[in-house]
Amino acid sequence: MADDLITMDDLTNEQIEALLKDAEKLLPAAKGDVYLPLLEGKLLGNMFFEPSTRTRMSFETAMKRLGGNVVNLGALASSSVTKGETLFDTMKMVDGYCDVAVLRHPRQGAAQYAADACDIPILNGGDGAGHHPTQTLLDLFTIKQAHGKLDLNVVMVGDLRYGRTVHSLSHALSRFGANLTFIAPPALSMPDEIIEDLKASGANITVSEDLVSNLPSADVIYMTRIQKERFPDEDEYQKVAGIYKLSRKDLKDVKESMIIMHPLPRVDEIHPNVDSTPHAAYFDQAFNGVVARMALLCYLFGVAIPKEASQ
Amino acid sequence: MSEMRRVTAICNGSVIDHIPSGAALKVLRMLRISGKNSNPVSLVMNVPSGKYGAKDIIKVEDRELTQEELDRLSIIAPHASVAIIRNYSVAKKRTVEAQKELVNVAKCTFSNCITHGNREPQSHRLTVISVDPLQLRCHYCCRTQDMDAIIDNLL
Repeated sequence: MADDLITMDDLTNEQIEALLKDAEKLLPAAKGDVYLPLLEGKLLGNMFFEPSTRTRMSFETAMKRLGGNVVNLGALASSSVTKGETLFDTMKMVDGYCDVAVLRHPRQGAAQYAADACDIPILNGGDGAGHHPTQTLLDLFTIKQAHGKLDLNVVMVGDLRYGRTVHSLSHALSRFGANLTFIAPPALSMPDEIIEDLKASGANITVSEDLVSNLPSADVIYMTRIQKERFPDEDEYQKVAGIYKLSRKDLKDVKESMIIMHPLPRVDEIHPNVDSTPHAAYFDQAFNGVVARMALLCYLFGVAIPKEASQ
Repeated sequence: MSEMRRVTAICNGSVIDHIPSGAALKVLRMLRISGKNSNPVSLVMNVPSGKYGAKDIIKVEDRELTQEELDRLSIIAPHASVAIIRNYSVAKKRTVEAQKELVNVAKCTFSNCITHGNREPQSHRLTVISVDPLQLRCHYCCRTQDMDAIIDNLL
């Protein structure tokens, strides 16, 4: 792997498979049943310029479960960003303080920009509407846990234009032979450059606006939130808000093994009455953020997972 | 008419030929040649061209354009050539060379790219995806560039 993880192109299929195997081994440590101080003395910088619950907390949990430590950028209002400090200067400082940094930023390309500025590894925790590769690792892990394989029918639904999780996930799944169906209104369809890249790599893609007719053949339904914060104005958001919703009554004809995933937070895309069905995988998915990121951090620091980790 | 010069020969300087018809003013802008420079500049637009139907030509006196300056033109004039004139004779000929990356030639056309952040100091980097037709992607945000809009983002 390159030192940085900016997009899924920074990982080979073999590296992804190795990370998923390591994640499986690390499950007891992620749950706190085993203490594995493999990263003792290492320091992670959590640089979140945008709100985050799961990514920030799961990186922090992952580092601490492995005996490492974390420093946070903290609230933007209390940082020098409000004084007009550039991302370049901020990241140069973190480069000196930490051994690795996670960056989330509202501007697309911020992670690559930071990686070019820093010597320490930079992990992209979401850059505007760009990519979110560490989310993809936990998504792949969740799919593999449920189905044992990745060459499946995966239906991605909702905000595919601004949704960085689906950008990274579609790239990765296409490399493992999945059939991808993209369901979105035209205003939120998958960006052209991603469709071009996927087609160039021979991916099997279907584009549709109809969720219901695509439910029966799906092995995975990946729901996404329509991201109000990415819209230039309220009117445009209102035109598409709430366009795709899943509730228990929609699941009559789905495969028994089908799982519903969501990077969370959800608004009204998945009704709470789905939570108690065997199809709901989104809370397990959120937990898997810890184990997938533990595996990634160990890999970055060149630390092998000991056999006793999974015992 | 073809035997008659539209602009007189220059003694020393650069003749930029094979500029796409109508693009000469943009070329001047890219080369930072304005009325404020002291060098005499001659410009002809929409003259017949055997290869391209019509073309523009610029003659800049007493300034020899470098290969680096010429390569900046690949965004708007990929087939342009430069003849370096010394004492009324062609001393050197240069053509635009295909680049793998354009550094600090233009700003990314995606307004939410990190390079549009205030005072961010790193270079503007556009990766060349294809040469003809020219397709560019931002090194940072990976967005395919809008080739109509990029003219307004020249640096």
